[in-house]
Amino acid sequence: MLTTLAARKQSAALRDRTLLTINGVSKYFGETRAVDDVSLEIRQGEIFALLGGSGSGKSTLLRILAGFEQPSTGSVQLDGVDITALPPNLRPVNMMFQSYALFPHMSVADNIAFGLKQDKLPKEEVQARVESMLKLVKMSKFAKRKPHQLSGGQMQRVALARSLAKQPKLLLLDEPMGALDKKLRTEMQLELVDIIEKVGVTCVMVTHDQEEAMTMADRIAIMDEGYIQQVGTPVDIYENPINRMVAEFVGSINLFECVLGDEAADHTILHSEALDRPIYVGHGFATDIDNREVTFAVRPEKTWLTTEAPEQDYNWEKGTVADFAYLGGHSIYYVELRSGQIVQCFLANTERKAERPTWDDEVFISWESDSGVIIR
Amino acid sequence: MNKFSKTMLAVGLAFLYIPMLILVIYSFNESRLVTVWAGWSTKWYGELWQDKQLMAAVWRSLTVAFYSATASVFLAIFASVVMVRAGKFRGRTLFSGLITAPLVMPDVLLGLAMLLLFVSSTQAFGVPTERGLFTVWLAHTTLGLAYATVVISSRLKEMDPRIEEAAFDLGASALTVFTRITMPIIAPAIGAGWLLAFTLSLDDVVLASFVSGPGATTLPIEVFSSVRMGVSPMVNALATMILLVVSLFTMAAWYVLHKQSKRAS
Repeated sequence: MLTTLAARKQSAALRDRTLLTINGVSKYFGETRAVDDVSLEIRQGEIFALLGGSGSGKSTLLRILAGFEQPSTGSVQLDGVDITALPPNLRPVNMMFQSYALFPHMSVADNIAFGLKQDKLPKEEVQARVESMLKLVKMSKFAKRKPHQLSGGQMQRVALARSLAKQPKLLLLDEPMGALDKKLRTEMQLELVDIIEKVGVTCVMVTHDQEEAMTMADRIAIMDEGYIQQVGTPVDIYENPINRMVAEFVGSINLFECVLGDEAADHTILHSEALDRPIYVGHGFATDIDNREVTFAVRPEKTWLTTEAPEQDYNWEKGTVADFAYLGGHSIYYVELRSGQIVQCFLANTERKAERPTWDDEVFISWESDSGVIIR
Repeated sequence: MNKFSKTMLAVGLAFLYIPMLILVIYSFNESRLVTVWAGWSTKWYGELWQDKQLMAAVWRSLTVAFYSATASVFLAIFASVVMVRAGKFRGRTLFSGLITAPLVMPDVLLGLAMLLLFVSSTQAFGVPTERGLFTVWLAHTTLGLAYATVVISSRLKEMDPRIEEAAFDLGASALTVFTRITMPIIAPAIGAGWLLAFTLSLDDVVLASFVSGPGATTLPIEVFSSVRMGVSPMVNALATMILLVVSLFTMAAWYVLHKQSKRAS
């Protein structure tokens, strides 16, 4: 892993160059707007994830990049060249398909060679390239096998090798782990990133799995209803969601409807119906005078659970344990507040025999002044 | 399987195969009379071989079946691709309905319609000049097309379109995608469709009797008319031969398909 980290830092230097520019792309299917005015800049060597639920338009956007769909408006530029009108077979872009789409009647080696043969490369070169690809994905032993004789993980390696064989400028991954079981998924995610970084190819992936996006991608774009809600690093997306949709989509979160109270440069006070005490946030908030209604969001692992009342006079509330689940590493508590709102807290199980609150116990929730964010 | 299921299976199989078994046994009958057993003999097979008229009909039928099956499959591939891959277009439902209509249409109706078509076409354009093997070929192609399209299009529907997209994405032209990817994958269905069309043509009496002319008597018509004169044990011998050939073909086709499906799973 250390070498990977070093490689990451090294390649980060090259990443200032923009490779792919998506310029105001929209796509309509009849009346429905699948992709809504999307503009993105993707840098050389970056792994970029489009994350969203089904019907969010992420797959359509990927198909536009591959050339299978034509955008209704907007353009796509790759390495300074407008590729909007190019058909898929003429683009220096290759895709690893969901469920792999390997050619069932061809051997592993022939699958990988297929793209190279289309370029009319000399036989020896095709042979050499196929061998180096097989080596890269550690599948040399299986060159003569047919796809149906391979396991899920092996099929994925072949699919990756096939899409990398032509040395595309841009690699597209459509739900790369969709067909694998959970254990294999985690393994393959890291291995895939390793291979992609070794090759140094720029990569756009589509996924509905936030863990996958966070593990693999340098930057993530959250898509909803064809629209890009937020673009940022995994940390940005999780710690600083810009709106409710992003906050709720990535991980779980507790939301409180609030009205803005005192404001200062270094803090903001909020009042919520659900809480007896005010919320103190340790930073200023650029306000919109007309609309003083905001939402305060705090993650469950930053919401502390105690059996004794905190001493400060803000950022806490009394409640009762409505339900809890012991998950090994941590427990999830569902605490019902006086207002009826249920708040989630994660309690780390750091002691083997600790006494933990149980159903109907009176507990207190609290958070630090910089744990939560204010969103519109 | 319990006792009841076993009995029912035996009864069902007996119902299906006893008539054929009797036919096979009687083909080795010594007697001139089909219904009277007079000891074992293979003489009817010898006579069959000597019967020039019947053997010519066999050859004629095989030729027509071969050509009509080939033409049916050729057209069925195009029809299937349009139906499954061309996406939505105006009149698609009507088109797929029309192409499979001969499946449910009574043969008599189809035969009559074709006869009328050929007659009026001859009057209007002078083609076809006469009713014969050519018109039988056309009629059988129409019928075979309907069946072959059902087989081939259902296979094409099962095929993941992403496999074709992957080939396209890797730089293949539309033609290469079709010849190198689509065709090999649907090949078993093309084979099955061909065999189906071949068999249909081989045993069709109704259509052929409408559209064939003098000198173009196919085997089923020949058999049918010879039976009307009184059944000769020679017909039994012929039937046995056909049975043998058809079973061999079917088993070969089954074996190929079985191997393919085992590979796919």
